[in-house]
Amino acid sequence: MQILLAPLAVSVISGVLAALIVLVDAIVNNYGEVTITINGEKTIKVRGGAPLLFTLGSAGIFLPSACGGRGSCGVCKAKVVSDVGPHLPTEIPYMTQEEIAKNIRLTCQIKVKRDLAIEIPPELLFVKKFKALVEKIVDVTYDIKELTLKLIEPNEIEFKAGQYVQLRVPPYDTIKEPVERAYSISSSPSQRDRIELLIRLVPGGALTTYIFHHLKEGEILEFPGPFGEFYVRDTKATMICVAGGSGMAPIKSILFDLYEKGVNDREIWYFFGARSRKDLFYVEMFRELEEKWPIFHFIPALSDPLPEDEWDGEVGLITQVLEKYFQTVIPTDSAKEGYLCGSPGMIDAAVKVMTQCGVPEEKIYYDKFA
Amino acid sequence: MNVDPILLLFASIFTSNVVLTNFLGMCSYISISKDLVSASGLGMAVTFVMTITTALNWFVYHHIIVPLNIEYLRFIIFIIVIASVVQILEMLIDRVSPALYMSLGIFLPLITVNCAILGVTLFMQIRNYNFIQSLVYGLGGGLGWWLAIVSLAAIRKKIDNNPVPPGLKGTALTMVTIGIMAMAFMGFAGMIRVQ
Repeated sequence: MQILLAPLAVSVISGVLAALIVLVDAIVNNYGEVTITINGEKTIKVRGGAPLLFTLGSAGIFLPSACGGRGSCGVCKAKVVSDVGPHLPTEIPYMTQEEIAKNIRLTCQIKVKRDLAIEIPPELLFVKKFKALVEKIVDVTYDIKELTLKLIEPNEIEFKAGQYVQLRVPPYDTIKEPVERAYSISSSPSQRDRIELLIRLVPGGALTTYIFHHLKEGEILEFPGPFGEFYVRDTKATMICVAGGSGMAPIKSILFDLYEKGVNDREIWYFFGARSRKDLFYVEMFRELEEKWPIFHFIPALSDPLPEDEWDGEVGLITQVLEKYFQTVIPTDSAKEGYLCGSPGMIDAAVKVMTQCGVPEEKIYYDKFA
Repeated sequence: MNVDPILLLFASIFTSNVVLTNFLGMCSYISISKDLVSASGLGMAVTFVMTITTALNWFVYHHIIVPLNIEYLRFIIFIIVIASVVQILEMLIDRVSPALYMSLGIFLPLITVNCAILGVTLFMQIRNYNFIQSLVYGLGGGLGWWLAIVSLAAIRKKIDNNPVPPGLKGTALTMVTIGIMAMAFMGFAGMIRVQ
């Protein structure tokens, strides 16, 4: 008798308490329907309780987020106009004093519990979530792949050359949740039904490992987009573009976009840096472009050319080559704008060279890989 | 055992303070006492959980465990009750004060395994308190813990503004502080006895 009674007693007590928890959960965590006002004009009705980032996502508004809502990248910031309480300890590390004063919040950390009013850049309202078929995977170097994605739903994309999307891959192996990372579109905006991305293998990187070892042609991937402030300013200033590795992507999109639009009234210089021949790609493509487009000058440079490379082009770090051209070839009298994409180290060095050579810092636009 | 509940309340706060005389619940006591606001928040949460669980466990012990003759399962049952109460409290705090919820962090669910809570329940059972005494003892135990952590947090805040020898920084000096606080609380010992 005792042998039955004891477990029964424990289970009944646990059962009653569990029921109580479920009941409290249903009452306490039910925030009902709340209204979010965006930029004072658009209102959406959503279910409360979830973090703001995901709540907006479920309503079709996608804020950029490099880490996918885990509070580790600090990108999904938005200004919250209504009161949502003080900044949380998980937000503070990503905020400047100025942002805290303006009540800029990390949207993946704050929960929607009552009616909210927020302000986001208006172009984010045009961001959509795309479903696309992996049409082609090409190795452009040993560690960079060119991915062609054919859009399925919606089947067309409108973006400014230089913008990026948030590629998302499904869980695999030991990665239990979908991973999202930002990638610049390398194809021209004139091509509406498919986009190309350049993905460089990051050893141990959750997304690139999937792309390099698991992804097959014919698979379906999802990405919200387009995002980003890295696009060409419509001026007559001479463009100095500098890129390294997969930093090629947004610059390629920008250059082909300008060529297709028939821009002929500004000089364009493109400095592309690599270590040796095996890291260099698209050289033929840009040589061809240079031949048919007189205002465009392409300068690839190798920092460590191998003897077997038989390299007769520029040698040295791309920033050294850039400095040399500033001093010798590039006309000094014209206004200039800098467009940079690559590793933080390369960008910092290039910004330094450019400011020394007379390009105003506020005219240098860049896309730093983080 | 027949103790006046009012006496018991003061005794459990001062003379038999769970932290400073029984050294129970030290883990969160040391970790959360860096900041006065979170210390007070945790103290409040512990008081709340301790009062409710002691009363609830008294009921469970006398009306379920003893009649069914399953005293040997009391530890498991007490812990299940404590865990559920903490779970419910967690949801309530998240709803009412997200900032407190975030600053308590992992220590909120860890109240489940805060030995002060189970300790008070077990003292209640061993000392054979009646329901009113248990309720008062749970409340007093919690208030005592709250008082102790708030005092420690205040002392640590003072210490932060003073030069401390490198070898004593952080936990080391906190332990010394707690030792001295315990001695100070021993001064109350002769006034009331509840053992």
